[in-house]
Amino acid sequence: MKGNVIKYERDNIDTDVIIPGQYLKVHDYAELALHAMEGLDPDFHSKVKEGDFILSGRNFGCGSSREHAPIALSHSGIKAVLALSFARIFYRNAVDGAFLLPIEIEEDAYSNISEGDEIDIDIRSNEIKNLTKNKTYKMKPFSEIIGKIIEAGGLFKYKPD
Amino acid sequence: MNITEKILARASGRQRVSPDDVIFANVDKVMIHDVSGPGVIKVFDKLKKQGINVDKLWDPAKVWVAEDHFVPSADKVSAENIVKLSNFTKNYGIEKHFKYGMGQYGICHTLSHEEALVLPGEVYVGGDSHTNTTGALGSFACGLGHTDVAYVLLNGKIWFKVPETLYFKLNGKLPDHVMAKDLILKIIGDISTEGGAYKTMQFGGSGIDEMSVESRLTLCNMTTEAGAKNGIVEPDQKVVDYLTSRGATDISLVHGDDNAEYQKIYEYEGSEMEPIVAKPFSPENISIVREAPSVELDKSYIGSCTGAKYEDLEAVAKILKGRKVRIRTEILPASISIYKRAMENGLLKIFLDAGVTIGPPTCGACCGAHMGVLAKDEICISTTNRNFPGRMGHVDSQTYLSSPLVAAASAVTGKITDPRDLN
Repeated sequence: MKGNVIKYERDNIDTDVIIPGQYLKVHDYAELALHAMEGLDPDFHSKVKEGDFILSGRNFGCGSSREHAPIALSHSGIKAVLALSFARIFYRNAVDGAFLLPIEIEEDAYSNISEGDEIDIDIRSNEIKNLTKNKTYKMKPFSEIIGKIIEAGGLFKYKPD
Repeated sequence: MNITEKILARASGRQRVSPDDVIFANVDKVMIHDVSGPGVIKVFDKLKKQGINVDKLWDPAKVWVAEDHFVPSADKVSAENIVKLSNFTKNYGIEKHFKYGMGQYGICHTLSHEEALVLPGEVYVGGDSHTNTTGALGSFACGLGHTDVAYVLLNGKIWFKVPETLYFKLNGKLPDHVMAKDLILKIIGDISTEGGAYKTMQFGGSGIDEMSVESRLTLCNMTTEAGAKNGIVEPDQKVVDYLTSRGATDISLVHGDDNAEYQKIYEYEGSEMEPIVAKPFSPENISIVREAPSVELDKSYIGSCTGAKYEDLEAVAKILKGRKVRIRTEILPASISIYKRAMENGLLKIFLDAGVTIGPPTCGACCGAHMGVLAKDEICISTTNRNFPGRMGHVDSQTYLSSPLVAAASAVTGKITDPRDLN
């Protein structure tokens, strides 16, 4: 999975900036996408392209349980968020609803990958290739259940053993 | 096993569970509201298109519905969401729908305890992050998103990874003028907004035994701000009495074993606790009130599931009695039952005499929805739970989180004020 990186070099990007509270009443996915990241980066909507990735620090998606957050990012074209760690509800919403991949990365990838870099994520080998910088980083493998739900295409398509 | 593990073992039909086990837990109660409900309806529509049967819920009697975020309807879109929600509950035979303008209604988490909708030992999930609140009754209470809640509504179960448990022990009771809110802010300041991530935060010790059920609800409510999967307190006679007085029957208590394991134990001395505020822009950014910056406040907001329970309003009334507010102050009781008690016991008169605007039960400005949202550069002290950028309105507004006592004392002076320092 190849794409370009939009980098937010900070921790605790919360759901209130990913999709501000006033849009919680909105359930039209395309309209939510118009307001993605509005609380932090009002230019996000104009710069994001289909297939892009977000790269950020620790505790990405902390705050509320609003599924609007992964929905707004996914319908903006974001295919994966790479972060040092994720808040739990954002993480499970992203996976169970099959909106985007939450990829846990290590410090080397976080510091080395720059805004605009083209990267290639391979969740089979748990590797991230930086095609711009010609470097390779490890991603943390998904836990067994998360891997199975992703493979199935979301919680509703997953059949427990 | 500790109490959370015992509840999850029972719910998954296992003799025992340990941290990191992945289980499917049978759910006892599930809640949706006017934000997550329409979200669930959207998921149902998607499932229908995929050929998945959504004609019947697993058990409508175990589902209850709140109207709280954008009510009374803030605008056309929120009004339509309320209509959608009403059609949904009608079509699926859900009887417990607390509608505004029709008697008891209020913030979903407040109804969970005011109406005794969740009992000790139960697995309760809700389409709202502060579902954790209800763990104060000795239940496993956990917030989920729309897809997960839709899955529960159709299947009656959901997957969990059994969490590690952090145990917070309070030795001795909190001093006068220090509330549960101060303690939980102190804890979040100590462990960070990620310190409880994916974990259980359990509260115990003599100080918790002494605490009211409502104070314990405040503690569990804000475990969400530390990233926790659930907050919990072992239930005691106070919980039984609280629920029984609200009509609950057949209460059976689940307790942890004597040799229960905890990943880490934190100890706090009650007598050393002080009033605390969390400064912008994170609940972990704490300061002792007496050392807080001397900012000119624009507003005091007393509301939400965190800070507008009856006990919270009583604390506010103690401060506001015979005093006037110097800044805009709003008080929004968290449910009609609380509103009514506040009226019967003279609290509303105290608030009105002080100059306060009293609003209806609603999540309101806590999440920047309506009913008092903040303008650019406005500074608010608030009894709510989060103060991330833009949480209560404009992205350049600022919120200081505090206890109801501190928010009331600050309303009187216009500056962040320790209630002990009021004349």
